[in-house]
Amino acid sequence: MPKRIVIIGGGAGGTISANLLARNLYRELVKGEVIINMITDNPNHIYQPGFLYIVFDKMRPNEIIRKQRDLLDPHINLFIDPAIKIDRNKALVVTESGKEFPYDYLIVSTGARIVPEEIPGLKEGAQMFYTLETAIKLRDILREFQGGRIVITVGIPHKCPVAPLEITFMLYDYFKEKEMLQKVELFYTYPINRLHVLEPISGMAISQFEKKGIKYETMFNMESIDPEKRIIYSMEGSEVNYDLLITIPPHKGAKVIEDSEMGDDGWVPTDKRTLKNQGYDNVYVIGDTTNLPISKAGSTAHFQADCVAERLTTEILEGKSSVEYDGKVVCFVETGFNEATYVWFNYNTPPNPTPPSRMLHWMKLGYNRLYWLSARGIL
Amino acid sequence: MEDLKIDKTIDARGSACPGPMMEAIKAVKSASIGSVIEVLSSDKGSTNDIPAWVKKVGHELIKVEEKDGYWSIVIKKVK
Repeated sequence: MPKRIVIIGGGAGGTISANLLARNLYRELVKGEVIINMITDNPNHIYQPGFLYIVFDKMRPNEIIRKQRDLLDPHINLFIDPAIKIDRNKALVVTESGKEFPYDYLIVSTGARIVPEEIPGLKEGAQMFYTLETAIKLRDILREFQGGRIVITVGIPHKCPVAPLEITFMLYDYFKEKEMLQKVELFYTYPINRLHVLEPISGMAISQFEKKGIKYETMFNMESIDPEKRIIYSMEGSEVNYDLLITIPPHKGAKVIEDSEMGDDGWVPTDKRTLKNQGYDNVYVIGDTTNLPISKAGSTAHFQADCVAERLTTEILEGKSSVEYDGKVVCFVETGFNEATYVWFNYNTPPNPTPPSRMLHWMKLGYNRLYWLSARGIL
Repeated sequence: MEDLKIDKTIDARGSACPGPMMEAIKAVKSASIGSVIEVLSSDKGSTNDIPAWVKKVGHELIKVEEKDGYWSIVIKKVK
């Protein structure tokens, strides 16, 4: 009887872990001693950090999309058939078409979804860039924008915690290049009492904002939006007018997680070191799907996928698991069209970003192309 | 105070990003009115930041307590 690994989700975490497992367990896969089944809802794999570049005409949609099948090791079975039920007691995943996938080991990498509808008026009144469609729409709106006040708001929780600052810096450079800065006012808001949750990043942003004349309000959490009057009302009692509202909407986990009663709001209770679903020894959780208080970001999913693939490989080959996840997260932070900074941290090491430089910006642009090697488990 | 019933505990110790305050706001937003939420933080700054936000929004700060190398901040959602 072969060992059956089921991976739900074809994003960064699911794809990297699948490919690493296929490489580590190549002999077992060929001999039929191990089977890897990936279940996902999308035949395409989208490089989500590319959305930011789509907005500013810096990348084309076809540059950030690949066929999921083309990214996966040929020994991995791919099923484009959304999971609708996970039964951990029976060790079984049920898909939309009615297929049942029994497993010995499960990796849940179902990701996060935007839920602007959680804030009254947000969906109607705001533009976004966290999906391909909304990024293209925002790109088209910016191309035609004649001037006015652009407000940036941030919902909780959200993935890619540096995106609010990145889009603000890039908006500044966008209108600078169009010689429109006199006609545009940028107004940035943030949920906590500084410009970014990481204090060194916040300090860097304050000096940049002052130099560039970008206004801001902190401790600003959206309560509701009036799309007619173009006013944002905050939970803290303030009102902000806008001509164009760009929001990072609040997120929830995948619906299948809630439907399977695996965790509140779709976030699965996860051990911070082993990445196992608490209470289930044969279920691992990766990336945005965990309930861990760490960044929901592609790099988080990547490092967790490395860890889970190693653990599962040694569990299958040696009967016990090996490495633990140390909380590692790495983020480039674009500080405009020409410079970027970089930050990494883990559970024990606080972040210490370097000053923005052109070199780091080029590294980010390079990584935008190299990501496809990461997805294949090579980089 | 000793009979205080905690409805949800958020362990944000060691969390650099999104950090304890963002976790606290998330928990308060999704809780029902009357819920008591405890946030554990290893960042001393949380003992000022989280109470400041709780006061600004109009919820109730129940207590801030130093434990063994971390702090417990207890909030009641009142509206």
